[in-house]
Amino acid sequence: MSAGARGRTGLLLVPAALMFVVLFLLPMLWFFVRTLLIEVPPSSVPGLFAQVLASRPMQVAMLTTLWISVLVTAVALLLGYPIAFYLATRRGLRFSMVMFCIVVPYFTSVIVRTYSWMVLLGRNGVVNQVLMETGLIARPLPLLYNSFGIVVGMVYVLLPYMVLTLYAAIKAIDPSLPRAARALGGGRFYVFRRVYLPLSWHGVVSGSLIVLILGIGFFITPALMGGSGDVMVAMLVERSVEIMLDWQTAAVMSLVLLAATLMLYALYSRVTDLRRMMGA
Amino acid sequence: MRPILSSALPGVLPSFVAVLCLVMVLPVAIVAVLAFSGGTFLRFPPPSWSLRWFAAFFGDPRWRASLWSSLEIGGIACVAATFAGFLAAYALVRGTFRGKQLVLSLGLLPIIAPTIITSIALYYASARLGLVGNIVWIGLCHAVLALPVVLLILLSTLQGVDPQLERAALSLGSSRARTMWTVTVPLALPGIVSAALFAFLASFDELVVALFLTDVRTQTLPVRIWNSLHLEVEPTIAAVSAFLVAVTATVLAIDALLRHRGGTEA
Repeated sequence: MSAGARGRTGLLLVPAALMFVVLFLLPMLWFFVRTLLIEVPPSSVPGLFAQVLASRPMQVAMLTTLWISVLVTAVALLLGYPIAFYLATRRGLRFSMVMFCIVVPYFTSVIVRTYSWMVLLGRNGVVNQVLMETGLIARPLPLLYNSFGIVVGMVYVLLPYMVLTLYAAIKAIDPSLPRAARALGGGRFYVFRRVYLPLSWHGVVSGSLIVLILGIGFFITPALMGGSGDVMVAMLVERSVEIMLDWQTAAVMSLVLLAATLMLYALYSRVTDLRRMMGA
Repeated sequence: MRPILSSALPGVLPSFVAVLCLVMVLPVAIVAVLAFSGGTFLRFPPPSWSLRWFAAFFGDPRWRASLWSSLEIGGIACVAATFAGFLAAYALVRGTFRGKQLVLSLGLLPIIAPTIITSIALYYASARLGLVGNIVWIGLCHAVLALPVVLLILLSTLQGVDPQLERAALSLGSSRARTMWTVTVPLALPGIVSAALFAFLASFDELVVALFLTDVRTQTLPVRIWNSLHLEVEPTIAAVSAFLVAVTATVLAIDALLRHRGGTEA
């Protein structure tokens, strides 16, 4: 390959780069620059930030976003690790069937997955029907339109990311190591704690980070499954635009959310080989 | 203590995984079943069976218009993302320029940044350019969201294509473009098809960007579901959902079949 041909390979990035810049980067810049630097005098921006960050709805929303995302991440990790472990240590039909159960919801529309849980958890939903008919409860349980509903819905949507990341990490462990530990008398739990867990630790970290990153920006599931008291930052952003038509507030909130996302993403790309993202 | 644990654990893990797998699949499966209900309410099991909700879906011109919008936007997104994504993946795998890691981490940003922010920014720009409701524009916006998926799939595909074969073609006098078209593309075809399928799905299932960028004439299926969900949980939505799940399942099945045939693994 001549030096010229090698140099030109970079040109192949142009169509994708154009799309990225014109349809992602520029609109984003345009939005932030116009709303925060042109439509209002730049000197008023610090005051605007202070005002939005000190406002009660924003503070409540930030707290809600934080605890819900952290809880969702923790639950996804606790549920996801055993599945990933199972997948990494099985082959054939059992592997395919479990993988199928993880992958099919993963590629199903978020709106369909959320709707499914609404049908299940509603006041007259399938879960309440079954529980009442079996006589376990007398009155329908409040399973939807509260933070419980949000957590269930979000874990359901985000669990596959956790499982696929952990699966890649556990699968990469040399199987002779746990075998050696077992042969030397280590119990299953001991081998898990001293061999699997340390060697898959980077998977635990990057799986948790990706779920947290996607979780703090979640909109559809909390908007549909949450109650009036469970407002996350992404929903507040949407309301500022749709209901209040207040672009400045929306821009400030967006910047805060975006900054948090980008910081977590910087961390994530340090601990993850991006090419292996989500087990691709 | 150790022997007790090791004898107690074997049955625990498979049962735990089995229960979770059921929980993963059941919600979607139950909705698909409810779509065939003959009743007016979403009761499980359905009191009787019928196709009335599918008839309501396909018989309603507005739902049909949404289906068309979804297909058109998905088609545009699929073509644009696969084309741009293939060239970019090729440059990233074969190129020797610096900053590849940076290019990749930037390229993945559209699925990392909260979609609500992307959507609002796109809406802000589109409204001022008069592009809200423009099918081609929405398709291209979806293509940017699909780009990361395409990149990830094609990066791993192209890493499996032997550069020696390309070098052989080049040394025999084939041009770069011709080599790519007659050597690289055929060898990477299973991956390209797979990337195209997932790019289509990414657009076909996308809600938030479409929510902001479509108008009454161009709203997609997910947008219509969203709008109807705020009114009532009518069984027509179950039928539409079942349809969307069927599309997803078909795409995954085609993909699995192609990979099986091609004998390649991503």
